[in-house]
Amino acid sequence: MSGTVIEVRDVVKTFGEFRALNAVSMGVAAGEKIVVCGPSGSGKSTLIRCINRLETHDAGRIEVEGIELTDKTADQARREVGMVFQQFNLFPHLTVLRNLTLGPMRVRGLSQADAEARAMEYLGRVRIPEQAEKFPSQLSGGQQQRVAIARALCMEPRIMLFDEPTSALDPEMIAEVLDVMVELAQSGMTMIVVTHEMGFAKRVADRMVFMDKGEIVETAPPEEFFSAPETERCQKFLQQILGH
Amino acid sequence: MRVAVRQDDIARRARWVGTVLVLALLGGCSANWGWYVVDPTKASGQTNLLFLIGGLKYTILLSVVSILISVLIGLLIALAGLSANRFLRGVNRVYVEFVRAIPLLVLILWVYYGLPELVGLNLGVFWAGVIALAVGDSAFQAEIFRAGIQSVGRGQLEAARSISLSYWDTMRYIVLPQAIRRILPALGNQFVYVLKMSSLVSVIGMQELTRRANELVVTEYRALEIYSVLVLEYLVLILIVSAGVRRLERRMRADERE
Repeated sequence: MSGTVIEVRDVVKTFGEFRALNAVSMGVAAGEKIVVCGPSGSGKSTLIRCINRLETHDAGRIEVEGIELTDKTADQARREVGMVFQQFNLFPHLTVLRNLTLGPMRVRGLSQADAEARAMEYLGRVRIPEQAEKFPSQLSGGQQQRVAIARALCMEPRIMLFDEPTSALDPEMIAEVLDVMVELAQSGMTMIVVTHEMGFAKRVADRMVFMDKGEIVETAPPEEFFSAPETERCQKFLQQILGH
Repeated sequence: MRVAVRQDDIARRARWVGTVLVLALLGGCSANWGWYVVDPTKASGQTNLLFLIGGLKYTILLSVVSILISVLIGLLIALAGLSANRFLRGVNRVYVEFVRAIPLLVLILWVYYGLPELVGLNLGVFWAGVIALAVGDSAFQAEIFRAGIQSVGRGQLEAARSISLSYWDTMRYIVLPQAIRRILPALGNQFVYVLKMSSLVSVIGMQELTRRANELVVTEYRALEIYSVLVLEYLVLILIVSAGVRRLERRMRADERE
């Protein structure tokens, strides 16, 4: 693995009195898959939202593909980054196909025919090409989240961020979304995934990041992370989520 | 869907009751009324009736042009109010508070008699009326649009940003289509409001429905009959507008499939 694509240095983010991120530093190499976990309120979602500049960090610096994130560069940097949300956030008034073609046509300047061809290709990859003409509300949660992944991929990003992509899904639909994500990981995409799905983490993560109270407490390859967590906080967290 | 059906029912019943009332009035009191003044079977009545109805095109034109301009101004003022820029938010507050505080009749008089002295340019009754109606209504439109845009969830904005859509594209393709579906009933109300308020433009001599009725009353001395025709004219116009808005709502709801 070569080349750092994301560089996070001493980033601080506060919401009023609450310090969501407390001097967090992290580097991500091209093609690396990182799984971020930790208790709720630990700052893991805030971290990836800062990387996509959905939140503005208060101090420190973030570089994406060598571009430092500021108000001016955010749009440029964001073009390399795809994001998948917990609540899918599909556009309810547009068909699945239109959800997928809007970005490529308006931002990348593709013709409608090219954008639709690309959309159908990615809908094929997430295995729901037959749903192209439907509206999001006509799909199941798992299908909607796969559409959301395809929508992000249609922009051909070099980095994909996932913010608890399976937390809003019924249990029986989690696997179909994780399968798509595993395939994406195998294709060499750089990924940061905030999730509690530890089975998925063991399969694809190059590195586990454990966060608590706005700090990165522990970083380790998954074998070490799961077999011999160093800190007490991490041990306790793993016991809680793997314990039953 | 159930609610919509019930509304249709109520509207149908209301129309029926209205018709009965009007017929009762016309029939029951005919002895003392001078319907000859607008009787379509008599030559003079026919002339008068055509004169009155001739105001329709001005009322409609005035209202439609005003509402279009008003929606545009209202939208821009709403966007200013939702902007991150403090100055633009200030513009929104001042505009809305200021315009809302002026009675429409005063605004019409000011635009027609006052404004030309200020800018040294004669507007003519039509455009003076349009400006006054559009500005007067735009403050309300701005508040309606602001509420509508705010009702579109944050997640939609974040999703649009995550695929790098520009601000204007986000508004045009994501936010406004969803906002407009939700504010359509309120926009319909505003259209009815403008249609009715256009009667005030009669004071500066615009030959719309109300002005023509006034002029005819002065020559014929049959206020009750002529103004009754005027009431019916507005009633019919507004029933048509309401029906149109309801149809649009139904179509959009079928579109969304939520």
